[in-house]
Amino acid sequence: MLTWLILLPVLGAAVVLAVPRRRSEVVLPLGVALSVLPLALAGYLFVAFEPVAGYQFVERAVWWEPWGISWHLGIDGISMPLVVLTTILVPISLAASASITQRRKEFVVYTLVLEAATLGVFMSLDLFFFFVFFEAVLVPMYFIIGIWGSERRRYAAIKFFLYTAFGSALLLAAIIAMAVLHASQFGAPSFALEDLMNLDFGPTAAVLLFCALALAFAIKVPVFPLHTWLPDAHVEAPTAGSVLLAGVMLKLGTYGLMRFNLSLFPQVAVDWVPVLATLAVIGIVYGAVVAIVQPDLKKLIAYTSVSHLGFIVLGTFALTSGGLQGAVIQNVNHGITTGALFLLVGMIYDRRHTKLIAEFGGLQKVAPIFAGFFLFMTFASIGLPGLNGFVGEFLVLIGSFPSLPAWTAVAAVGVVLAAVYLLWAYERVFTGVPEKEENRTFADLDAREIGLLVPLAVLALVLGLYPKVLLSKIEPSTEALLDHIEASTDYEVPAPGRIADVFLTGGGR
Amino acid sequence: MSDFLWLVIALPLAGALFLHFFGRYLREPLAGVFATLAIGAAFVVAVVAAVPFFAGTGEAEHLVIWEWMPAVGATFELQWDPLSALMTLVVTGVGTLIHLFAIGYMHGDERFHRFFTYLNLFAASMLTLVLAGNYAMLFIGWELVGLCSYLLIGFWFTRPSAAAAAKKAFVVNRIGDLGFLIGLMVMFATFGTLSFEGVLGRAATELTVGTATAIGLLFLVGAAGKSAQVPLYVWLPDAMEGPTPVSALIHAATMVTAGVYVVARSSPIYVESPIASGTVAVIGAITALWAASIAIGQRDIKKVLAYSTVSQLGYMFMGVGATAYVAGVFHLMTHAFFKALLFLGAGSVIHAMSDEQDMYKMGGLAKRMPITATTMGIATLAIAGIPPLAGFWSKDEILGALFERGGIYSALWVVGLIGALMTAFYMTRQWVLVFAGRPRWDEGVEPHESPAVMTLPLMALAVLSVVAGFVNTPFRFTLEHFLEPAFHGVEMQHAPEGWGMFLVLAGLSTLAGVAGVAAGWLAYNRPPEVWRRFQEGFGRLWTAWEQAYRIDDLYGAVVVAPGRRLAEFSAFQFDQKVVDGAVNGVGALVYRLGSALRMLQTGYVRNYGAGFAAGLLVVAIWLVVRGMS
Repeated sequence: MLTWLILLPVLGAAVVLAVPRRRSEVVLPLGVALSVLPLALAGYLFVAFEPVAGYQFVERAVWWEPWGISWHLGIDGISMPLVVLTTILVPISLAASASITQRRKEFVVYTLVLEAATLGVFMSLDLFFFFVFFEAVLVPMYFIIGIWGSERRRYAAIKFFLYTAFGSALLLAAIIAMAVLHASQFGAPSFALEDLMNLDFGPTAAVLLFCALALAFAIKVPVFPLHTWLPDAHVEAPTAGSVLLAGVMLKLGTYGLMRFNLSLFPQVAVDWVPVLATLAVIGIVYGAVVAIVQPDLKKLIAYTSVSHLGFIVLGTFALTSGGLQGAVIQNVNHGITTGALFLLVGMIYDRRHTKLIAEFGGLQKVAPIFAGFFLFMTFASIGLPGLNGFVGEFLVLIGSFPSLPAWTAVAAVGVVLAAVYLLWAYERVFTGVPEKEENRTFADLDAREIGLLVPLAVLALVLGLYPKVLLSKIEPSTEALLDHIEASTDYEVPAPGRIADVFLTGGGR
Repeated sequence: MSDFLWLVIALPLAGALFLHFFGRYLREPLAGVFATLAIGAAFVVAVVAAVPFFAGTGEAEHLVIWEWMPAVGATFELQWDPLSALMTLVVTGVGTLIHLFAIGYMHGDERFHRFFTYLNLFAASMLTLVLAGNYAMLFIGWELVGLCSYLLIGFWFTRPSAAAAAKKAFVVNRIGDLGFLIGLMVMFATFGTLSFEGVLGRAATELTVGTATAIGLLFLVGAAGKSAQVPLYVWLPDAMEGPTPVSALIHAATMVTAGVYVVARSSPIYVESPIASGTVAVIGAITALWAASIAIGQRDIKKVLAYSTVSQLGYMFMGVGATAYVAGVFHLMTHAFFKALLFLGAGSVIHAMSDEQDMYKMGGLAKRMPITATTMGIATLAIAGIPPLAGFWSKDEILGALFERGGIYSALWVVGLIGALMTAFYMTRQWVLVFAGRPRWDEGVEPHESPAVMTLPLMALAVLSVVAGFVNTPFRFTLEHFLEPAFHGVEMQHAPEGWGMFLVLAGLSTLAGVAGVAAGWLAYNRPPEVWRRFQEGFGRLWTAWEQAYRIDDLYGAVVVAPGRRLAEFSAFQFDQKVVDGAVNGVGALVYRLGSALRMLQTGYVRNYGAGFAAGLLVVAIWLVVRGMS
C-alpha cells in the first residue's frame, strides 16, 4: 500500500506527460485531480493507523542482497503525520498555481515527482532508498525555483542546490560508512535502519557519524547559521514552491534528526543536547528578530520559519514526552499555517506583482475576507490558544523545560517576538486607509482562493482544539523512542518535581 | 448538578459564530439584540448554577470536556466554585448591560454586526478564563481575551492610531505572557500537572518557598501585563482608541481584572511566599499612586478614566498582595460596576458631543443630559470612597487589611490613603469640567440626552454602584462567607476587628475622600481662567502629569528604538554580510579552486563519478577506521 502511495504521484506525472501539447489547459486541473488520489490513500492510512508503537503497513522486498539493500517501507507515529501533510499540501499548491502559464506541464510533473520523492523519504526504512529519495527531492525543487522563480531565481536555485548537496554528500558518506561498519561487525553490509541500530559504533565514529547526519539535516531544517539559503529560495520560488518548501521540505531535516540522530546515536544525542539546543534557541530568537524588519513580506515569513523550526529542534533534543510530541505535531502545524501564509502572499503577488510591505496599506478596507484569512493564519502562526500553532509551542515549551530550563525560558522570548513581527506586518499591509490607487482596487479573494484556504483553516482549528486526533497516534512512537534512548544510555527522562528543586534553591520547607 | 455550565461559554460563543457568518444579513439593531440576548442568557444560566453557593450548600465542581495535551497536563476542563461564580456573574451581568448600551452607541456604524461578533467572542473568552479548571485552559482564555482586545481596540482600523494601539496592547501583553508562560513551565516541572486541584491542593505541603516565589513572581509579570500595572501599563491608555463600550467592558470591568483573578486564584501559592506577595502589593501601590497622579493632569475624558482604572487595579493588587483576597476581589466587583458606569457615561457624553473627548471643551452638560450627569455623579462619589457607596466599603477593606498587616504594609496603607485623596480629586475634577459650569462647546455642537437603550444601563449600574458595597461590610460579611470555600485553608488577611478601629480607619479614608471631592469642587467650579491658572500653578509638575511623565517616549528611546536598531543590524549587516557573506565567500573560493583545477576537467561524466565515489570511499573508510580504533 505504501508503495502505491509513492507510485500514484509518479503515475500521475506520467499521465500528465502524456497530455498532448494542444490540450495544455487541462494540465493543471488534471494534476490537481491526480494529486487527490494520494491524498485519499493517505487519508485511509491515517484512519487505519493504530495508536501503537512500531512501524505499520510495513512492506519489505530484498532489492540487492549482497549490499543488504531492500525496498523497505513503513510508517510510525513520527512519519505518518508528515506523510498526510505532504499529500494535503500538494493538491493545494497545484490548485494555487493558476498564475503559472509557462511550461505548465513540466511544472505539474515536477511537483508530482517532488511529492513522490518526499513521501519516499518519510516512509523509507532502508537508508539506501532514504538517501535516493532525499536526493531526488532536490532535483524537482531546483527546477521549480530555477524555472518559475522571479528575478534572482538562478542564484537562489543554485545556492539551494549546492548548499543541500553539500549536506547530502556528508549524508551519503555516513550511510556508506554505517553499511560498511555493519559488514565488519556482522559479516554482511546492511542499509536497514533496524539492523544499523544494533551497531556498536565506538565513541569516536559515533560522534563523527552523528555530526555528519546532523549537519546534513541541519542544513535542511535550517538550523542557524546554515539558514541563509532559505530566505533566498523562498523569495524567488513560485507560490507552490514556497508552500512545499516550507510545508514539507524543511521537515526532511527535522524528521531526519529525530529518526536517525536520536535512534542511531542516542548516547551522542544525549551528550550533544546543549549544542543543538543552543543552536535551536539562537534560531528561534534570531530568526524572529531578523524577521521583524524585513521589507519583503515573503522574506519575513521565510525568516519566521527559521524561528518556528527552532522550536521543533528544541523539542526534539529536549528528550521529554512533551518536547517530542510537540516537535512532531509542530512539523504539521508549521506546514499548515506557513503554507497558508505563503499562499496568501502568493495571492497578494498575483494581484500586485510586488511583495514589498511598504507598497501596501489599508487592504482590510477593500479586501476584508483576505484580511480575515491573513489575520486568522497570523494568529495560528503566533500561537494563539485554540489554534494549531499554540499546541506545538505549548507542548515544546512546557515539555522541554524540565530537561532544558534555561534554554526553554529563552526560547519563550520567541513567542513575544512572533507577535511583533506578524502584527506589525499586518498593521502595515492591512490597516489604515488604502492610499495607493492599486490598493484601492485590490480585489478580495475569489471562490477558488477561499476554497484553497478553508481546508487549511479548518485543520488549524481542529488541531488547535482537538489535537488528540493526532497526538494519540504520535504518542506511542515518541514514547518508544524515549524508551529506546533511556535503555541505551544512562539518560533518564526528568520526572516532574525533580528539576524545580535543583533549579530553584532557596528556602527549604 | 452543573452539567449545563458549559452553556455559559457556549451561548456567547454561538452568538459570535452566528453573527460572524450570518450577521451581515441582520438589520442594524437585530445583531446587537441577538448578541445581548446571548450574553443575557449566559447570565441567567450563571445565576441558576450559582444558587447552591448562595444557599451555602454548593461544592466546587469539575467538568472535564475533553483531553487537549495530556503530555503537559492540559485538559479542557471547567471549575465551578464561588470565586469563578462571582467572576462569571460580574462578567455576564455587567457584560449584558454594556452590550445593551452598545446597541445605541454603535448606531450607524457600517460594521455594526462585526462589533457585536467580537463583543460576544470576548464574553466567551473571558468566561473561559474565569471558568477554567486548570492553568492551561485559563491561559486559553487569557490569550483569547487579548485577541478580542486587539480586534476591538483596532475596530476602527482605518485610523492608524487605533491600529497601532491594538498592536501595542497585544505586544505588551505578550511580554507579560512570557512571564506567565515561564511560570507555567516551572509549575509543570514542579507538580507534573497544571490543574487547579493538583497544583493548589498540594501547594501547602509540597511547594518550597523558592519555587513558590518563582511561580508567584512570574505570574505577577503576566498579571502586570494584563492588569496594566507598572511597568507594563502603557498599553491601556492607548487602548482608549477602541469604541467606548469596549473600554467599559474589556478595559475597565472585566479583562483587566484577570491579573487580580489569577493572583486570587493562585492564593495557595502566594501565601507560601511573602516575597512574591509583597512584590504584588508594592507594584500595586506604585501603580495606584503613579497612575492617579497622571489622571489628575488629563484633559481627555476617557484618558482620565483609563489612568483611573490603572490606579484602581493597583488597589486590587495591594489587596491580594497583602493576602486580603476577599477584599481584592470585592474591590474588583464594585469597581466593575462604577467604572463601567463611568465609561458608559463618558460614552454617552462623547456621543452627545459629536465625538468630542476634550473635557476643556465641555462644561454645563448637566442640564442637557441629567440622567448621564446624575449617574456619573453617583459613580464619581462611589469611586471617591464616599460612604455608604460601593467603593467606600471595598476600598476601605483593602486599606484596613494593609493597616492590620503592619510592617512595610503600613507604608502601603499611607500610599492608599494619599491615592484615595487624589482619586476623589481627579474624579470630581472630571465631573465638574464636564457637567458643571458654563458650556465651552465648539460651535455647532448640540448635546442631548442619550436614548433609553443607553441610559437604562447607566441607571442599572448606578443602582449597583450604590448598593453593591453592602454585600461585605463590617456589619455583615456576606461576600466573605460566599467566597470562603474558594479560599479554604488559605490564611487570609482581614481588616482589624472592633468598632473603634473601624471607625478610626473608615473616618480617615472618608476624610481623604471628602477632602479630595471638596478640593476638586473648589478648584474647578469656577471660570476656566481661574482653574487654568490653578493648573499652571503646579508648573512643570502639571506638565509632567499632563504628558503622563512621557513614559512612552522613554520606552521608545530605551526599548523600541534600540530593539529596532538591533533587528536592523541583525538582518541587514550580520545576516546578509557575515552569515551569508561567509556562505558566498566559500562559494567563491570553491569557484576559484575549481578554475585552478580546470586541467582536471575532462568532460567525462564517468570521471567525475569515479572521483566523487573515490572521495566518498576515502571519507567512509576514514570514518570506519577512526571508529574502530
